[in-house]
Amino acid sequence: MFLVPDPVGRFFHRMASPPHFYAFTERLMPWLVVIFLLLTAAGLYGGLYLAPADYQQGDSYRIIYIHVPSAWMSLFIYVVMAIAGGIGLVWRIKLAEIVAISSAPIGASFTFIALVTGSLWGKPMWGTWWVWDARLTSELILLFLYLGVIGLYGAIDDKRVASKAIAILALVGVVNIPIIHYSVEWWNTLHQGPTVTKMDKPSIHVSMLIPLLLMALSFNVYYFIALIQRTRVELLERERNSQWVRNMVREIKQ
Amino acid sequence: MSVQEFFHMGGYAFYVWPAYGLTLIVLLVNIIIPVMQRKQFFVKALKKKR
Repeated sequence: MFLVPDPVGRFFHRMASPPHFYAFTERLMPWLVVIFLLLTAAGLYGGLYLAPADYQQGDSYRIIYIHVPSAWMSLFIYVVMAIAGGIGLVWRIKLAEIVAISSAPIGASFTFIALVTGSLWGKPMWGTWWVWDARLTSELILLFLYLGVIGLYGAIDDKRVASKAIAILALVGVVNIPIIHYSVEWWNTLHQGPTVTKMDKPSIHVSMLIPLLLMALSFNVYYFIALIQRTRVELLERERNSQWVRNMVREIKQ
Repeated sequence: MSVQEFFHMGGYAFYVWPAYGLTLIVLLVNIIIPVMQRKQFFVKALKKKR
């Protein structure tokens, strides 16, 4: 901690305290929503209207603006969940445990979106809704991992024990993340290779790349919004007998 | 580009718009559920108090 400048250290220390987190996120929320709406509007305008049709795929490629950001988020959220779970496991920080379980349904949703939009894109381009290739199969396994985390958490009544259990499951499942990412390079698959996340220059025109990156940013902000919403509910439930929650209920009553 | 052309999506409207519609629904549900749960929490807590 001594490597971190003091105000930053203090900020994180305060954020780990539930009442501070609850009050701070309430003030933060309207700003996040405004940023999310602006990014989404700009991304969709650029992607659906300004960007030209693809020379091979016509307008069907426009699914990319939700498909690829969702797929990125499905991996990113899984890593966040595993890291938060690991922090909770080692240091028993309540907020880290809550971030881990709150991320699971959001990550599952993005995985689901990536799979379904991929299917809707695959049908006109590949001629099939689904194929058991490496990319699609490993992404499907990711969905099952998320569902496993959610199910396991629900099956254990003591939520602190449940948090330990899902942290271990999430950490073991991290092995799937590089498999998903490199599946299109390691195996010869129907799914196309990466056009943005590679060492070379992205093989996508800038008029298509900018809206794609805007949508990726917008989905990141969305994750933050949804995470805060779920985290606050989970905090209230876990802390329902604590003084700060009781005070809040009393204030509403008046 | 006319409005009709835009919604026609070069003949791929059947694939593009359901993809966007479904995404919208899933993302909305993920916000609505926790917001309702929070309301529910306070409703229950207030009932217990009385």
